[in-house]
This record gives sequence, C-alpha cells and structure tokens, in this order.
Amino acid sequence: MPRIPQLSGRRVVAGIPILWLLVLFLIPFLIVFRISFSEVRLAIPPYTPLFTWHHGSPSLQLHWSSYAFLFTDSLYVSSYVYSLKVAAVSTLCCLLIGYPMAYAIARAAPASRSVLLMLIVLPFWTSFLLRVYAWIGLLKNNGVINNVLLWLGVIHHPLVLLQTDFAVYIGIVYSYLPFMILPLYANLEKHDGALLEAAADLGARPMRAFLRITLPQSLAGILAGSLLVFIPAVGEYVIPTLLGRPDQLMIGRVLSDEFFENRDWPVASAVAILVLLLLVIPIMWFQRLERRELEAK
Amino acid sequence: MNARTQVETPSVPVAADPNAYVRIANVTKRFGDFAAVEDVSLDIRRGEIFCLLGGSGSGKTTLLRMLAGFESPTSGTIYIDGEDMSAVPPYERPVNMMFQSYALFPHMSVEKNVAFGLEQEGVARGDIKRQVGEILDIVKMGSFGARKPHQLSGGQRQRVALARALVKRPKLLLLDEPLAALDKKLREHTQFELISIQQRLGVTFIVVTHDQEEAMTLGTRLGVMNHGRIAQVGSPSDIYESPANRFVADFIGSVNMFEGQVADGCDDCLRIASTELGCTVRAEPARPGTTGATVWAAIRPEKINITRRPPAGQPAAATAPENLVRGTVREIAYMGDMSIYLVQIDSGKMLRVTLPNVTRGRERPLTRDESVWLSWHGTSPVVLTE
Amino acid sequence: MRSRGLFSRCALILGLVFLYVPILSMIIFSFNNSRLVTVWDAAHSPTLKWYVALAANEQVLRAAWLSIRIALVASTGAVILGTLAGVALARFGAFRGRLLLAGMTTAPIVMPEVITGLSLLLLFVALQQLIGWPRGVGAVTIALSHITFCMAYVTVVVQSRLVGMDVSLEEAAMDLGARPGRVFFRITLPLILPAIASGWLLAFTLSWDDLVITQFVAGPGSSTLPMVIFSKVRFGVTPDINALATILVLIVATGIAGSTVWMRYQQRRRERDVLLAAAANL
Repeated sequence: MPRIPQLSGRRVVAGIPILWLLVLFLIPFLIVFRISFSEVRLAIPPYTPLFTWHHGSPSLQLHWSSYAFLFTDSLYVSSYVYSLKVAAVSTLCCLLIGYPMAYAIARAAPASRSVLLMLIVLPFWTSFLLRVYAWIGLLKNNGVINNVLLWLGVIHHPLVLLQTDFAVYIGIVYSYLPFMILPLYANLEKHDGALLEAAADLGARPMRAFLRITLPQSLAGILAGSLLVFIPAVGEYVIPTLLGRPDQLMIGRVLSDEFFENRDWPVASAVAILVLLLLVIPIMWFQRLERRELEAK
Repeated sequence: MNARTQVETPSVPVAADPNAYVRIANVTKRFGDFAAVEDVSLDIRRGEIFCLLGGSGSGKTTLLRMLAGFESPTSGTIYIDGEDMSAVPPYERPVNMMFQSYALFPHMSVEKNVAFGLEQEGVARGDIKRQVGEILDIVKMGSFGARKPHQLSGGQRQRVALARALVKRPKLLLLDEPLAALDKKLREHTQFELISIQQRLGVTFIVVTHDQEEAMTLGTRLGVMNHGRIAQVGSPSDIYESPANRFVADFIGSVNMFEGQVADGCDDCLRIASTELGCTVRAEPARPGTTGATVWAAIRPEKINITRRPPAGQPAAATAPENLVRGTVREIAYMGDMSIYLVQIDSGKMLRVTLPNVTRGRERPLTRDESVWLSWHGTSPVVLTE
Repeated sequence: MRSRGLFSRCALILGLVFLYVPILSMIIFSFNNSRLVTVWDAAHSPTLKWYVALAANEQVLRAAWLSIRIALVASTGAVILGTLAGVALARFGAFRGRLLLAGMTTAPIVMPEVITGLSLLLLFVALQQLIGWPRGVGAVTIALSHITFCMAYVTVVVQSRLVGMDVSLEEAAMDLGARPGRVFFRITLPLILPAIASGWLLAFTLSWDDLVITQFVAGPGSSTLPMVIFSKVRFGVTPDINALATILVLIVATGIAGSTVWMRYQQRRRERDVLLAAAANL
C-alpha cells in the first residue's frame, strides 16, 4: 500500500464512519444493556435513571429483576425455544430448496446465469412486507390454495393453513431464500468442473462424486447462507405476526409487545440482550466468514 | 569492477561511484519477521538499463516498489540524483513506473491515460496535446489515441503504458516485468524497441524481470537477487562467464558443477581434485587457493567437447587425466539449432553437453548408450568458493 | 450425471414457481372486482377500481411520499458513509480501529431488526434527555436509523469491489503525480461507481422497505408506507394493497430487467471490442 506521509486524510476517511457507527450502533447497545438493569417506573422515560448522583459522583445501581422475571415466566423461555426451533427448521428448508437451485444456476450456460440470478434476486427488490402479505391471500381458509384444492376435489373441507407453524416456515423460507442461494451460488460457481470429471474418470458415480467432491467444497457457502438465514430469522417479527400462531409468539414479537404494549423498557431490553447472547456466536462466526471472504485476494 | 567484493562485505557502505544516479544504501525491508530485501547496496548509473533479475520472492519487486515510493525501507536510504528519497511520497518523485499489469486506467482513452501525468503537473492544455502526440508517435500508437484500453491488444497496451510512463520525461523509469504479458515472438521484437527508445530519450531504466534471456538482452548491467540479497552485479557476460557464486552460476543458464579440493597450483593454473568427476580439473589462469580447501568447478554445457575418441595429446590411458572424462550418452534432446546430450560419466554423475547443429544431417550422429569422451579447455571451468 | 442435472434443474424451476406464484396472485387479484380478494368475480373483472381507490387514498399517498424522501436521504447518506468505510477497510491496511470498524459494518446486516430498532430508539431518548436533541422522534430519527443500517450493505458492496480492483491502478496514478485525494476522485471513484450505484439502489430499497426499525423510531404523524401497509394488512387482506403491490412490482421489474439488459449489452460490446483488438494484432 502506498505510504502517505501525512495521515490526516486517512484519519478523516476512517474516522467519520467509525464515529457514526460508534454513536448510532455501539453506544445504543450499551444503553440497551444498561437499561436492562433498570427498573420500570411510571415516568418519561419509563425506567429508573441510568446513573444516580451520590455526593457529586455518579453511582450505578444494577437491578436484576428484569432478567429474573424472564426466567420465572415460562412465556419467555418458551418463546426463545420456539424462535430457535422455527429459525432452525426454516434454515434447513432454505438449504434443501436453495442448494439444488444454486447448483442448477452455477451449472447453467453462462449467458443464462445472469438472467436466472436476476430472477432469484428480483423478488428481493420488491417489498418484503407485500410478499409476506401475498401469502395471506394464498393460505387463508378461503384463499387461493384451498380454493384450488377444493375445486380439484383433493379435499372437501378447507385446510387450516394460516396462523400455523407451517405458514411461518413458508413465509421465512420464501423471504430468505435469496440469502441462501446467493452465497451458495457464489461458492458453487467457482468450482472447477474438471474435478468432477476427474472423479468420474477415477470411477466415482455422480452421487458419490457430489458427496465427496462438491459438497465438502461448498461447506463455506452452506455456512454463510445458513447464518444469513438463521440469525435474522430468530428475531423475525413481521412474518410470525402476519402468518403465525397467535398463541405462540416468537421472541421478536415478545420484545416488541413488551416495549409497545406493556411499556416495560427494562424487560424489553433484557429480552434483547438475551437474544444477542444467544446469537453472539453465530454472529461472530458470520463476521469471520465475511472478513475472510472480503480480504481474500 | 569486482562484484564479489560487494557480496562479501555487504554492510560496509559502498564507495561512491561518481556516475551513480540512483544510490541504494544498505536498504532493508521487513514485512513482519520476513525480510523481503536485506541490506542491499547498489549504484545505478545515469543512462543505463539496469536489470534486477531474480526468482519469485527474491525481493526484486519490493526493491522496485521502494524506488517508486510505494514501500518505505525499514532501514537504509535511497538517493535519486543525490537527493534522499525517504520523505518524498510517490507523487513527488522524479520517477515513473511501468506496471506489470500495465495499470492503464480502464475508464480513460489512450490519450487521456497518457495525458494524466502531465495534467497533474498543471501543464498547459496545448502543450499536453503536443507532448502526448509526440510520445504516442514514438511508441507507434499515434493513431490509437481515442481508443479505450480494452480495445487494444496486449502489445498495444504495453506501448501505451510505456508512453504514459515516459511522457513526463522522468530521469528514471522503473519497469516491472515489462514483457511478461506478451507472447514470445512479440517479446523479442519489443525488447529491441525498448532499447532503442531508451537510447533515444536517454532515460535511465531499471527493469525487474524473472526472465534471464530478457535481462541479458535488455540490460547493460544486471543485478542478480536471491533471498532479498544481491548475489552479483555485473554485465551480462560477466555474470554468465564469471559467476561469483554457485547460486548465480546455477541460476543463469545451465551449468555442470563439481565439488572438489584444491590440489596444487602451477604457473598458469589451479588444479582441483574431484572424486565426483573422477578426474582433475585444471583451471586457467592461476589463482590463489589453499591446498585442501573445498571449491566448486562450474563448466557450461556448450564449453564441453564430446568425441568418440580421446582428443589428440591426451593419451586415454594416462594415469591422471586432466579435463577429460569418459561417459555414456543416456539421453539426446534435439532442439533444432542445437542438441542436448545427457552423458553419464563413470562416477555415475550426469553431465549436460550442448552441441550446435552446424550441418544438416550429420553423417553418423551420436546415439544413445554410445561411449564418449568429454573434454574441455583449461579456461572453461569457473572456480567458485561459495 | 444427466439424472442429477435433471433433478437440480427441476428444483430450480419449482423454486422459481414458488418465488413468483404469490407475486403473480397479487397482480391477478388486483384486477378482481370482488371485495373478497381471493374469490375471482368473473362477471365484473378485470377492473381498475382498486387502482382508482388507491389513487384517492390520501394516507397511502402521504406515506409513500414520506418513504420516498426518507429513502433518498438515507441511501445517499449511506452511500457516503459506506464508501468511506469501504475505502478504509479495503485500502488502509492495518490501522487502529480497523477491527472495530469491520465488526460494526458487518453486524447490522445480521442483527435482528427488533434489537436494532429498540437500541436506536433508546439512544434517541437518552440523547434527548442529555442534550435536548432530537426533539421527539419522526422523519429525522427514521432517516438517521436507516442510514446506519443501510451503510453496512453499501460498505460490503464497495469493499468487495475495491478488493477485486487492481491496486496498481491507484499506484500508477500516484506515480504519475496525483495526490491521494485526486487519485480517489479521478481513478478510484469512477471505477467503483457501478458498485456505489448498486449500493445506493440497495440502500434505497432497504430503507423504502423497512418496517421494524422504523416502527421503533417513528413518531405520530411520521408513518412510512410500510407502516401504513402493515396496519392495514394486520387486520386482513385489502384489495387496494394488491393494486399497490402490483405497481411496485412493475416499477422494480422494469428497472431490474432494464438494467440487466443494458449490462448484457455493455458486456457484449466489450467482448466484441476485445475480439476486434485481438484480431487487429494478427
């Protein structure tokens, strides 16, 4: 890298985004962290102050009550478990659907690849909310799917599809599929076709060659795609709210309800901190992958 | 000049060469624990083409980048025209560089690319146009000014890169593997053109290359680099005919090398007893050597004679033959202009011998497994101590 | 070999069907006369009445206009900050704060939106207590929040373009006498412009589309389009939303398809040029 004697220009270039993200990304988390140790009170803002002043010096008062509350009420624990389950199942479905799609695109003729990729990405550019909403129309009791099935005579009574776990899976897989396909495609596209020919030449049947050659090589893509689906899915709010069961909330909805409905900011903050604790390992993992990808020259 | 002195005492600053235009004084560059360039001292004269020759990882490119100012030495100093370059950023150095990838700006036309350097100096627009036209004519790209780089062939891009680097009339031009991206035919042609442009403009060239042929044709002097150090500096013939050490002898061209011990000297020679070779090497002229010291004799393949009978004056049954061994032809590679013979001598070692194919259809060519005699003149072996 | 190629090709086709059926059904039912959204009223359809209703819906129009303005500000801000961050990460080597910056630019991409939204609101509340600014939440706080989460995406796009770009181009410019600032504006910026443009588009879309974060940092009277849609949709399907969706899909589809065609045309022209150049050399 060129050596530049006066570093002030660089300091400004790097400093501005760092400063921005410190103020609007990092410090907010510290505030959430701090408020999770406050107690709720009827005031504006509705929590005990961050610092109290004792004899001219600030003193920190930490209350564990919000966290204690989360572990005593089974609603929270079951929401956490349910969110993890939904995210895991959806991620797996995304992988099972997305892998063959990515594979087919990577093996397609170069000219049609860009068109296929565009077709995959295009829905992503249209409103996420509207795409989830579209599924309401499809899944309702008198929705398109039930109407078609009734008309075909496959069923005689409409199936209950909306407000089920199934609807949530559909919604998440549908919304996040491109995030699975793109990293997988990026990985698969780099594979050397000669490797499979060599494997075939050495007597491996296609399935075996796939399992022994292609799959191990695409692990990084699988991991990146899975993390890109799993992490946001855990905190998903819109999809379960529109398509999911009213009796079993996901953790994102719990957080939002605590905040907006109950106005219990400390508990909402504690929920957020625990979600982060849950996700910190996958997030770090993702960051390492991302860094390696970006810095690999 | 004595190149070996430099290698043996690298840490002592080199005596000032009054003609030195670029002076590299005890320069070291470390990346972490790895020393890419280690204690290199070099003087480069005004108007010469100096080739830095070395394999990948030898430090030649790092040295070039330090001259351009893209890297700064960990220690040591670079002087250009007597001025210490340590605090001078690349955009203020009187140096231009031609990049291995050519680094032509893809979003600018050929003219714009060439004009870029002049624009940075605030040259008047009319002058820019004139100077760009002139230099494009010199590199025979005058009619391509409006083209974009991707509309040019490899050879044309190379010329534009050269023009862009030369248009500011730098005193010193750095060329990083200037011909590596060209195919073989074009490369030969371009080599001679580079030399003629250099002579016409009187610019000092420093060329980095891994290709020894390229270095030999282009360079007035070469610096062979190995593991971040200069292994030898000298003219192409110096380096080929009088390599300073085993690395240089082996790196430049091919060579047959034998380990041996200094036996005795005579008025005009040094004798080396080599069990590896199975005969005594007689090397002329005489040079000092401690009896019993381990040395290496290096003989170039084209300097060995290959005959069916022992050459006259050398009786085959002599008890201690000098510069003469028996062997069996094991492989023959016909290369067109010459043939390479791999001959296994009686000690088991393989020797490489080349013979020019002077006539068409030799009467009775050597065949595999034929017994032959190998001999050479006393001036052919080079005696190496390191 | 052939059978597996067949399997993955079928999966691709089925997957594409899965991706497009919901969108197509929205488009079809936007022309349906019936209020019952999913029951096709063959007698009176197709009709444009939901489009007419939409055009008369003050609330939707106002929200859409606000969303557009916020998205414009947010994407522009995100592009500036994201480009700075991308340049710093891709070109400055190891500097103090690099790891911090790298971490803070990738984290928002995977961070659950509820958490980002909550933390940003709590920041604004704390700031207001501390320095009296911002006075309440609204368009300004929405834009600040959008810039923050959008810039992460721009950074990644710009950084990966820069990493893929030959550094010697910038070195050559410097070697020819251009100072770092000039190198950036004359060489680097023009070359990463496509990446910046797609970063801008991405940021615009993300901002335009965001509901969860916006809900936290929006105030009364600053409802964006997704917020209006969400509040309508939450209580059932409404046909005018189908019309709105159809319009949005149409805009996006023409934009994307147009740019793809244009890019392919450029690519072809380039390839032809390269071929011609090679031929000229013979």
